[in-house]
Amino acid sequence: MSTPEDVPAISLQDLSREYVVRTRRPGRLGRTRGVVRAVDGITLDVAAGESVGFVGANGAGKSTTIKMMTGILQPTGGGLRVLGRSPVPERRQLAREVGVVFGQRSQLWWDLPLRDSYGILAAMHRLTPAQHESRLARLVVGLDLSGFLDRPVRQLSLGQRMRGELAAALLHSPRLVILDEPTIGLDMVSKEGLRRFLRQDRAERGTTLFLTTHDMTDVERLCDRLVVVNSGTVAYDGALDGFREALGAPRELVVDLAEPRREISVPDGVTVMAVEADGIRHRIQFNGGEHKVPALLAHIGAQAEIADLTLGEPAIEDLVREIYARGR
Amino acid sequence: MAESTDRPVSLPRMVATLYGSRIRSQASFRTSFVADVLGQVLIVGTEFLELWVILAQVGVLGGMDLTQVAVVYGLGALAFGTADLFFGEIDGLSNLVRSGKLETLLVRPVPVLLQLSSLDLSLRRIGPIGVGLAMYVTALNLSGFAPGPAELLLAVVAPLAGAAVFGALLTMAGAMQFWLVDGREFANAFTYGGNYVATTPGAVFSLPLRAFFTFVIPATLVAYTPTLALLDLPGPALLPQWSGWLGLPAAAVLWLVAALLWRAGVRRYTGAGG
Amino acid sequence: MLAHGRIIAASFRQYSTYRMATAAGVFTNTVFGFIRASIMFAAIAAAGGELGGYTALQAATYVWLGQALLAPVEAFGTREVSQRVHQGDVAVDLLRPIGFLSLYYAQKLGRAGFLVLGRGIPPLVVGALVTGLALPEDPRSYLLGAVSVLLAITVAFMADMMLNLAAFWVIETRGLSVVYLAVMNLLSGFLIPIVWFPDWLLGIARATPFPSMIQTPIDTLSGRVPPAEALPLVGTQLVWVLALASGASLMLRAGQRRLEVQGG
Repeated sequence: MSTPEDVPAISLQDLSREYVVRTRRPGRLGRTRGVVRAVDGITLDVAAGESVGFVGANGAGKSTTIKMMTGILQPTGGGLRVLGRSPVPERRQLAREVGVVFGQRSQLWWDLPLRDSYGILAAMHRLTPAQHESRLARLVVGLDLSGFLDRPVRQLSLGQRMRGELAAALLHSPRLVILDEPTIGLDMVSKEGLRRFLRQDRAERGTTLFLTTHDMTDVERLCDRLVVVNSGTVAYDGALDGFREALGAPRELVVDLAEPRREISVPDGVTVMAVEADGIRHRIQFNGGEHKVPALLAHIGAQAEIADLTLGEPAIEDLVREIYARGR
Repeated sequence: MAESTDRPVSLPRMVATLYGSRIRSQASFRTSFVADVLGQVLIVGTEFLELWVILAQVGVLGGMDLTQVAVVYGLGALAFGTADLFFGEIDGLSNLVRSGKLETLLVRPVPVLLQLSSLDLSLRRIGPIGVGLAMYVTALNLSGFAPGPAELLLAVVAPLAGAAVFGALLTMAGAMQFWLVDGREFANAFTYGGNYVATTPGAVFSLPLRAFFTFVIPATLVAYTPTLALLDLPGPALLPQWSGWLGLPAAAVLWLVAALLWRAGVRRYTGAGG
Repeated sequence: MLAHGRIIAASFRQYSTYRMATAAGVFTNTVFGFIRASIMFAAIAAAGGELGGYTALQAATYVWLGQALLAPVEAFGTREVSQRVHQGDVAVDLLRPIGFLSLYYAQKLGRAGFLVLGRGIPPLVVGALVTGLALPEDPRSYLLGAVSVLLAITVAFMADMMLNLAAFWVIETRGLSVVYLAVMNLLSGFLIPIVWFPDWLLGIARATPFPSMIQTPIDTLSGRVPPAEALPLVGTQLVWVLALASGASLMLRAGQRRLEVQGG
């Protein structure tokens, strides 16, 4: 390959994109000109082989960022390199090494059998017949396409079509795979199927994966790194595991005591939210960054015997939603 | 990567695959396809009927009799039909821009223009091509075409040059939609309007109109002036007989402009974000 | 009736927002007007100043009125209803409290109302300035002409509906519309006045509703056919409206039954 492995797969430096929006106000001639910053200074390095979940609300700047990364859109500020290339001027060269799925837009040929779409794409990517055949065989097995390979795309179900779309994006064995909402509208089984194959394919080929989604399970299953964007800026960038702690989201500890007790004392900063079942069950909320569970348990255990306990983790969805709320 | 005996798809082979896929898919809707082709033939036929009705009344139109007009019409229809076959769907660019479908074409390693031309190829347009060709050849024979080598060459080159002229015009019409997404119909004045002019004896047009459709949109150079040269007829003001040979240079200039305009259009799209 | 009035107004407003498309359409209509007028002038000059009852000025009027009527009459046809039939959306339309044909007719009237003003008037103005227009001597021609234009719009609408409703039985109506377009182009008198046709073709044209869409409103409005003689032509339009409306509603009923039997 032309670019060495230590070059980051994706490198965004203070990347910005403004749109000029003209709106007509009622009762007035002419239009007013406004500038909207869809992406507002994103800096991000993705190493080759990494897998990043790029998450944000609608309008947070995800699609705009992907358009800039694939050379469809020129940034208005900052710079970026993808696989060592400058996307807009080197759009077509980049396309040989990148596979893209736009979840809402089909890249397949509507009235042709699914198989023919791969024939056309293989020709476009100038694959050798052997490359084409072996790769397609792999994709047919991995994504379970064999049942509808000869059916026109317009007759496929959404789940079948999305599998077909993913195969289309992976046919030329791209080093970087960019998926924009790949699981949107799919049922649980189809989603799991897609995820399983993406993990396999990444394990086999060491592909870099960049994924936007509204489904946090996609991120948990597929990504080792989470980037949350909000209002065009990076609101969180780090490991998925550290996300909850970094956010300081409250965790919930529920203890059931052996003997009922009207109240228990807790350290400063920890609150008892509720006492239930006549003093048996106590719901306690605490900050995971400040307090550790063993210390907390020791503190309570010194006052009463603990019969049972559950530890509640806030759902990632709730946390991401909280970030959006803060940004507003 | 392991070196193997099999070779990557060659460029001509790729282009053939792209066009071929389209041809197969359209042949699959047979009945509707036949009706479509017949309809296209009928349109070309009825438009000629207009000229025929007039000539049945007046005998000579723009200095040409019925068979001579038929040469012009056949040649013009053949040229436009060929261009329309390959570039007709570029006119639908505004739909691709609006639906965002253009983005999926931009992330492929093949020029967008080639993708649009091959993947939206409309085979029904072979109807007008067939009618145009038949009319061109028949009318040439009927009007006592006695070619020397130069005339024979012109008879073959003229439809190709004309197709290139219209191909460039259709490409420009598409490129224009990068700026005027709702202004698709503007371009019709030059593309379909150009076709109308090309299939008509150029002498009928007033001087300003004739000048416009020669120097700006070179429609009179597609069929009318080549017919003057082929049949050794005198030309009207602005259009001497020898201008029948100007189709090819006009096409070259037009394609240069079209290519620049298309490139600027794609640049505008990637700059403005659609 | 109130609902229809609202639909007409909404459709008018909707089309009035497509400014760029309107400007583009006017421009193209006007360029085509110049090309067509050139051919007619050459023909009339070759015939010695008059051809089939048309002087140069009358021919120019004929061309510009034709260009003006093209957009409101929508003689080239629409495809919306056939697409709704194919996609099954027509079932939703049939459930509305307002009749299917009257719903689409109201939309068509609103649209046509805007198109007469936005796309019809400008080419006429250009024509009046550049080639001149032959205006009617009898003021009653304007009144009768307005009625004739409304009827022409209605005839074209009903014929177009029948074509679209064929989608209940034909999988792909494209071919059908192309054939319709070709026949309409010639027999309506859009390309050249039908009185220029040889007798056999004139006979065929007169047996179809097509002249009622373009030739009749042009002749009536321009006063080339005086009001007394235009009256029977307008009557013919009315007959075609009734005939095609019955045809369209029969097709709609049959199609509806087909939907109920096959479940869409």
